[in-house]
Amino acid sequence: MPTRLKDTDVAIIGLGAAGGVAAWPLAQAGLQVVGLEAGTWLTKKDFAPDELRNNYREWPQAVQKAQHEVPTQRVSAGAPTLRAATHPMMNAVGGTTLHYWAQSWRLNPWDFKVVSETTRRYGASRIPKGSTVEDWPFGFNELEPYYDKVEYEIGVSGQAGNIRGRTDPRGNIFEGPRAREYPMPPLRGSGFTDMMATAAARLGWHPFPGPAAINSRTYQGRSACMYHGFCNKGGCHVDAKNSPAVTTIPKAQKTGRLQVVTRAHVTTIEVDRDGRVTGVTYVTDGVEYFQPAKVVLLASYTYENTRTLLLSKSVAYPNGLSNNHGQVGRHYFSHNQQAGVTALFPRNLNTWYGLPAQGMGVDDFADDNFDHGPLDFIGGGNLWVYSDRRPIVAASMNTFGKAPTWGSAWKAFIKENADRTNTAYLQKTTLPYEDNYLDLDPVVKDPLGLPVCRITANYKDNEARVAAFIQDKMDAWYRAAGAIEVLRGPLGVMGPTTHAYGGTRMGDNADTNVVNRWGFSHEAPNLGVLGASVMGTSGARNPTLTAQALAWRTAEHLVNNWKTIAK
Amino acid sequence: MKGDDDSISRRELLKRAGAAAFVPVGALVSAARPAAAPPSQGPVSITREPLETLTMAEADALEAICARLIPTDENGPGAVEARAAHYIDRALGGALKSSRQAYAAGLAALDAYATASRGARFAALAPADQDRVLQDVAGGVAPGLPNGTFFNLVRAHTIEGTFGDPYYGGNAGFVGWDLIGYPGVRTIVNADEQRLGSAARTNHKSAYDYPMFTRARD
Repeated sequence: MPTRLKDTDVAIIGLGAAGGVAAWPLAQAGLQVVGLEAGTWLTKKDFAPDELRNNYREWPQAVQKAQHEVPTQRVSAGAPTLRAATHPMMNAVGGTTLHYWAQSWRLNPWDFKVVSETTRRYGASRIPKGSTVEDWPFGFNELEPYYDKVEYEIGVSGQAGNIRGRTDPRGNIFEGPRAREYPMPPLRGSGFTDMMATAAARLGWHPFPGPAAINSRTYQGRSACMYHGFCNKGGCHVDAKNSPAVTTIPKAQKTGRLQVVTRAHVTTIEVDRDGRVTGVTYVTDGVEYFQPAKVVLLASYTYENTRTLLLSKSVAYPNGLSNNHGQVGRHYFSHNQQAGVTALFPRNLNTWYGLPAQGMGVDDFADDNFDHGPLDFIGGGNLWVYSDRRPIVAASMNTFGKAPTWGSAWKAFIKENADRTNTAYLQKTTLPYEDNYLDLDPVVKDPLGLPVCRITANYKDNEARVAAFIQDKMDAWYRAAGAIEVLRGPLGVMGPTTHAYGGTRMGDNADTNVVNRWGFSHEAPNLGVLGASVMGTSGARNPTLTAQALAWRTAEHLVNNWKTIAK
Repeated sequence: MKGDDDSISRRELLKRAGAAAFVPVGALVSAARPAAAPPSQGPVSITREPLETLTMAEADALEAICARLIPTDENGPGAVEARAAHYIDRALGGALKSSRQAYAAGLAALDAYATASRGARFAALAPADQDRVLQDVAGGVAPGLPNGTFFNLVRAHTIEGTFGDPYYGGNAGFVGWDLIGYPGVRTIVNADEQRLGSAARTNHKSAYDYPMFTRARD
């Protein structure tokens, strides 16, 4: 029998991007919160500017839970099952926000209304066949106040492009109307990003610096960014990257009502006969504990959210927790963010320093910002170029067919060109489909003997067409800026990624969604789910800020309805 | 100033390694004063460090592979001066332990193929013959070395050992960073240092020359 711990109001599983944000409004409102985190604390002294360790080896974290739970993957139910060597996420207080790029976008209004807006503008026949996409249960304006709270509480730098309907060409004119400016100006440009902005403007496009959870100036007592070049899968040595580990989690701890439990490897969520959640079972160093809680918020990661629910079988939920409608694991997709474009320039770009969030974006071809009437797809992509290069990756550059891959001719090539290449980051609309889903792998298990998550998914025609269209645009942008060679990467497959959506989708209809519009289970009323696993569309931008805004909204709903939900 | 940076950092490295007797003298000279010293085009005189993982025969073959992958030529020092083989030898006992068996099998197969096809162990062949053997290994033609897998493994590790942080035993004298013009690890970068046409001053430092950081497992 597991050791039974003292009761608490709320147990949060995972203190990463989403759980780490939710803890703060809950603790602030007076609730007792236990945060169960598989990893440990890491601080700025752990974040050396060391490319080999950060980008090629294991990170400094003490716990490598995710690395033992890499999902398996197959492109369809009949296809062979493969398994990637590594998991892109990490375990620590703050989770992957410790080493993420920190791009902190709001979704655009269209992303909330893909079905109704597509139908209105082009007709229902334009929704791709087999897609299970739905409108979100609310629109952009419902989430705007929570985007605002997160931007100000954790600190997001950026340039507003639309304040209450007034557009500002210095920012993204296609963004949804925001209530006010960002709390900090955008990160500075580099010579390279300025050069790209000039080229985009020449094409008649609308370039803008993107939003980042990174301080462009001192904010809430933390330093401004040092632009030192090790942010890409690197932690911040001056705490300028606004992970919950340095923002909302310490704030919540100061209330005295957040207890952070590290090295807590959660295995199952427990329920009673009536189907209400009673608490969480976890393992630390081989010892099993039961943390009773009036409410449980599941905030691990998309793959682990689905997996934890499917592993939590009971009399009330024989097919897994909150899965009596068979929706856990459905509507899965990973972001269409491959199919990159790489360019070679005839001059040094001086991008040895900077960071992925120090870049220039173009949204003219994202979402429904352009007429799709004559096109054969819906959605689009955000074009993003940035200043970020380190020596090993630079020496490993593509040789554009101009040199062999080793020997003196190769050496001469990289000596001349190591600082003359750039790869764009192209995030594109991705939709859920009937036959793309997550479940438990029947064979592969983690070190505790529990099945890992299995991905069965592939990109469809709509994703391939968006990718080709966006690659054309990126090609044109690079050439307008003087590129002499441009290469295109492949679409790839839906393997484990940092942008994984669905599995516990949010919506009003319990037959097609796991959680309701507030993020609480349609079946277990005191179970909430946080993270991009509740998102039904991806937009053309990083999911983290949206996951955090939703987490805050779910936490606030819990506070406002505590008596009803907690009983 | 550049020389000062180099010597400070080198002293740090040697202190950490506790191996002052094994300075690769040739590499130090050519790296610290690339303009003054004429580019070395022939085999360089390198004092090899005591082996930690590889056998002597394996190390001979690996050194010879590194010398052909990133040669010492008119563009300056290569993987030998960077001590890429030393980096790999150390890492195979630690972070790259899972590749140890691949090296044992791969290097043995390489020597066997070199002997069968060219009449001598790989390290004893002339550079042109070594290149032909490596082309066959990369192309998956050599028996026991399918699909170029071993070649790609050694190539990736040689790049790590030439362009990675010197803390891990490679990139000695910062020869890899100087080759591609990487201005070095720093903790603050100003706007001027990111402009087109300007380059930051070369800063020969390892990440762990900055005392604020906890050292990595190496």
